[in-house]
Amino acid sequence: MKKPVQYLFYMLALGVITTSCAKQPATRTTADTLPVTAPAPTQDTSGSARTAAPAASVAGRGEADSKKPATAKFVPPSESAIPKNEFGESVLLGKKIFMNTQQYAKRYVGNGLNCANCHLDNGRKTDSAPIWAAYVLYPAYRAKTGQIDTIQSRIQGCFMYSMNGTAPAFDSKEMTALVTYHYWLASGAPTRVKMTGQGFLQLPKPAKSPDLARGEDVFKNNCVICHGANGEGTKAASGEYAFPPLWGKDSFNWGAGMHRIDTAAGFIKVNMPYGRFGTLSDQEAWDVALFMNSHERPGDPRFKDSLEATRDKNHDENCLYGRTPGQLAALLEKKAAKKAEADKAKARESDDKASKERTTPLWDGYSPATAH
Amino acid sequence: MRAVSIYVWAVAMTIGASTTVAGPATGDVAAAACTSCHGKDGAGNAEAGFPALAQLPHKYFIKQIADFKSGARTRTRDLHVGDSEASEGYGYYVSFMKSVAKALSAEDAEAAARYFEGLERPTLVPVAADPAVIARGKQLAVNGDWDREIPPCFKCHAVDGRGVAPSFPPISGQHAAYTERQLQAWKTGSRTNDPQKLMKATAEKLTDDEIRSVAAYLATLGTQSQGGGK
Ligand code: HEC
Ligand code: HEC
Ligand code: HEC
Ligand code: HEC
Repeated sequence: MKKPVQYLFYMLALGVITTSCAKQPATRTTADTLPVTAPAPTQDTSGSARTAAPAASVAGRGEADSKKPATAKFVPPSESAIPKNEFGESVLLGKKIFMNTQQYAKRYVGNGLNCANCHLDNGRKTDSAPIWAAYVLYPAYRAKTGQIDTIQSRIQGCFMYSMNGTAPAFDSKEMTALVTYHYWLASGAPTRVKMTGQGFLQLPKPAKSPDLARGEDVFKNNCVICHGANGEGTKAASGEYAFPPLWGKDSFNWGAGMHRIDTAAGFIKVNMPYGRFGTLSDQEAWDVALFMNSHERPGDPRFKDSLEATRDKNHDENCLYGRTPGQLAALLEKKAAKKAEADKAKARESDDKASKERTTPLWDGYSPATAH
Repeated sequence: MRAVSIYVWAVAMTIGASTTVAGPATGDVAAAACTSCHGKDGAGNAEAGFPALAQLPHKYFIKQIADFKSGARTRTRDLHVGDSEASEGYGYYVSFMKSVAKALSAEDAEAAARYFEGLERPTLVPVAADPAVIARGKQLAVNGDWDREIPPCFKCHAVDGRGVAPSFPPISGQHAAYTERQLQAWKTGSRTNDPQKLMKATAEKLTDDEIRSVAAYLATLGTQSQGGGK
């Protein structure tokens, strides 16, 4: 039984080699002039040609290139493909924890949120820090902390700040299941490649500085029906939040990535108002992000000595932690100028590289994290 | 079907008349004027196309009555008995409620809302439907289809579709024909009273097939008995 199958395989392989050889002379002349956006097929030892580079954008450290077209879209495996074995059981438990953290990892959670409230479609949705794109970028070095971030430490961070709770140990049942779920979602993804849709969308700086009064209007007209007049969320009859709280004791704390105005603006632009995705203007997204993040929420667990000291140590970021909206506006202005400069430099650099570079460069090993 | 419709039309007119005569009636009288179509148990009537009202959130209920009255629930023109065409059209069904709502005082509407809100959502009677259709509907309700930016129905209508008061009505345990009609009405622009166009935004992305599937699935979650209208 085995012999004929092997024979068949050889013949097929030969077929591939001969046909690709036969075609080569015809295509060779044009191959050299192919544009970089369509990488030339790279020959691989098995004799078959790898057709397209994985869904990756050529991007610098921590920069989401929203303008660059994706070469191909990465599709995480469907639920029905979870193996029916012990590994699959761990994947499933991880998914349950991710969807319903309140129930399945209760002892580590200090607010009313679930992982999937911010990482939509159970960690699959692009531009909502999808888990499949995160998994392949770690371990990565973070200059600010002088440490290597791992996927586990990133998950711990979301527990401590986004979930206002405590970090599950690396070898805890919950961490193991979550990492297994992350790993499984990234099935077939290339490692150390920044894929299109990784992280949250980076919205360009708005024309006008974000404004609290305008933000309040946006909030009243677009968010109250689900998140409540005081951002307190809305519970279903079961007692669980159907619509999660945006501020107050049951929301993310002052150390969470979502407390940054830029991160929140990008999240809101893509995902809110829920069901009418992408209908807010960039300006409205920034305004309402500022309004949302100007309210009370659980404190930054890193607090030490004073608000100013904690801010200076941990919040060199775009937020209202110990800062007025005016001071924030000035910081945004500065950041935008710096980014324009960097973009120019990058454009020059990629012009230089364009003629040489065919394959997707590997991730530079710096953590894409901007918070916690 | 046609005969049934004419019969209920007649009932509606009498009820309209009697509520007006009764004046500021008690809640019982108000509810009685409704139960002939929506059932004492609030289960509605699948055959005639009357929706289940049990468990509708108070605010949602009052808003619908106001919207029937003002015409805000629908963009289509009212159709009347004797109109030959489109007896199944959306305006046809809405026109029942329009006359009922017009005859209803604010107090009666309050009383009726309280009455129906307090009823249990009717219990499950299996409906015959193709399992593949049901499965497709379930997929949409639970997971949505994010490639087409269709969010799961249950994110807005709560896990299991039981609704989130005050603005998101329950959608499970509803007659498939009614659910289908509402989704089509949003898709085609006939139902226009959803806040912030939240329902239209989703309905207009659904294919006719998906509408049928999700309506069939939702009807399996606590389907009501047939005889509710009597
Ligand atoms: C139709 C209901 C609805 C509307 C309207 C809506 N949201 Fe949401 N929002 C949700 C749901 C549902 C989630 C959780 C998503 C999930 O679990 O898949 C969410 C999550 C969020 C989150 C992340 C979780 C948290 O609680 O911090 C933020 C931030 C947010 N919404 C902000 C907004 C803002 C700002 C607006 C108005 C511009 C808005 N939302 C409008 C339903 C809504
Ligand atoms: C309140 C919203 C929110 C919740 C809830 C949340 N996260 Fe996050 N998560 C974020 C933000 C914002 C970032 C990006 C932070 C940054 O900019 O560095 C992030 C980043 C991540 C990353 C790294 C993503 C990347 O591309 O580098 C992982 C992994 C992650 N979260 C996992 C989780 C898990 C697991 C949970 C539940 C225990 C969770 N998150 C809950 C908002 C949230
Ligand atoms: C002649 C039959 C009839 C009578 C009597 C009747 N209704 Fe209706 N009702 C309908 C029909 C048909 C619809 C569905 C309209 C549509 O398709 O949009 C409806 C819909 C409703 C709705 C909207 C349900 C939803 O889920 O949005 C409410 C609320 C309602 N009726 C309340 C009442 C009240 C209160 C009374 C008594 C005062 C009453 N109805 C009497 C036929 C009737
Ligand atoms: C973004 C939030 C949102 C999503 C997602 C959503 N709905 Fe709705 N739905 C609403 C709102 C709000 C209403 C109430 C409209 C009104 O007040 O008239 C509603 C009303 C309805 C009604 C009318 C109920 C009645 O008794 O008349 C049906 C049926 C319905 N939705 C079905 C669905 C289905 C099926 C899906 C998934 C394909 C879905 N909804 C997804 C927000 C949503």
